[in-house]
Amino acid sequence: MSERIGMEIALAAAEAVALCKPDVVAAYPITPNTHIPEHLSDIVAEGRLDADFICVESEHSALSACCGASGAGARAFTATSSQGLLYMAEVVPIVPSMRLPIVMAIGNRALSGPINIWNDHSDIMSQRDSGWISMFAADGQETIDMMIQAFKIAEHRDVMLPVNVNLDGFQLTHVVEPMMMPSQKEVDKFLPAYKPYAAVHPDNIVSMGSLAMPEIFNEAMMAKDQVLINSKKIILEIWKEWEEQFGRKYEPIGEYRMEGAEVAMLTLGSMGDTAEVAIDALREKGVKAGLLKMKLWRPFPVEELLKAVSGLKSLVVIDRAVSFGGPCGPVCLEVKSALYDQKERPLITNYIIGLGGRDVVVADFVKIAEQAIGAQKKKPAKAYEIYGVRGS
Amino acid sequence: MEKEKKWPETWQELTPGCMVFRPGSTRDYHTGTWRASRPIYDTSRCIKCGVCYIFCPEGCISQDADGYFMADLDYCKGCGICAHECWPGAIKMVEEG
Repeated sequence: MSERIGMEIALAAAEAVALCKPDVVAAYPITPNTHIPEHLSDIVAEGRLDADFICVESEHSALSACCGASGAGARAFTATSSQGLLYMAEVVPIVPSMRLPIVMAIGNRALSGPINIWNDHSDIMSQRDSGWISMFAADGQETIDMMIQAFKIAEHRDVMLPVNVNLDGFQLTHVVEPMMMPSQKEVDKFLPAYKPYAAVHPDNIVSMGSLAMPEIFNEAMMAKDQVLINSKKIILEIWKEWEEQFGRKYEPIGEYRMEGAEVAMLTLGSMGDTAEVAIDALREKGVKAGLLKMKLWRPFPVEELLKAVSGLKSLVVIDRAVSFGGPCGPVCLEVKSALYDQKERPLITNYIIGLGGRDVVVADFVKIAEQAIGAQKKKPAKAYEIYGVRGS
Repeated sequence: MEKEKKWPETWQELTPGCMVFRPGSTRDYHTGTWRASRPIYDTSRCIKCGVCYIFCPEGCISQDADGYFMADLDYCKGCGICAHECWPGAIKMVEEG
């Protein structure tokens, strides 16, 4: 039976990973994900988890060690944030290319500079095109659940891709929340032991990561793209299985009060829970507002997005990263791109909020939604707005 | 026996992650075609010391039945390191063609 716990989310994430019995954990500490590998090292030291915990000298080594372990047939886990993700960036796209089902937790944090340890999404956005499956947790429960789901999705024979689970730094990693922690028995039932497609072994020779000449590189990239696109089917199946076993529903785009909505906000990560309260306030004022909480970022859920926005007059895309010099924020860029071919599409406004840990409260979301409703009549003057900037 | 294809025809034919299950498959890749100049060995000057064998970055030099060192021209890229290192001056690089 699952147990109701009150725990810091990073520690709960580590407990959830331990329930998945990884063989190898390799990580280098960087705020704000630190408590995840730190707590896993405690769990290994206490003898509760039979895993090799590799204290590496850098994030580049952390992911490289996981690559080697996964290539040898081990279930491998790592975690990082911000500059740490950038330091491992050389290895990041190689993992999906080699079809290694590594799971990584990312405690999202702003990229330097100026140096800032607090939350935004600029770290993962810099690696969005690397070929990983990427999902965003909105709260502690989703963090626990996604950690466990991630291993099953990653290791599925039709997927064999790494998964990163994003949880907002501090807003999630350092917050104590009530959560349901599955039991070992329940996780064992959901997640079978890892059976690798191939593993480096003297009795069973295989070369991984070999050279691909121009004559084969196009085909290799096509295969990498197709397997990621096709993974959505398996993700949906596994989320369905999760719902059947644990009763908690997962969808690429979660909906909140979307019945008859004319205006909707679209958020990633922990912002969604704050925005829910704002939607309640707007509905009380008689505004037909709803919320779309995107959980699956890669593969990008195009069909689900089209379905979710049909009938909307106005869509407010909330970004938590800047695409410097780009046409708008990274999430809005993709949403607009997905809707371009549609005859009927809502007016889209884009707000970039909460950079580097800047607080975003319920009143901000209400204000943003009301501004967007005002923009329904005329096109907004700017393609995007960095919200709450003093002097603008 | 049907000759093995040099490249998979389509992307669907690729193994997952482009994994290679046949050991030693790079032997089929003859890097000797890159060569612009080839090493010529003068056995009258060769003292069979093996310094060329040690320094060859391609690992394509081996000893023949008489104990002389020779490059396998299927793989020798013609870099000339062997000629540079050969202190008795037994190896000379000559332009191909």
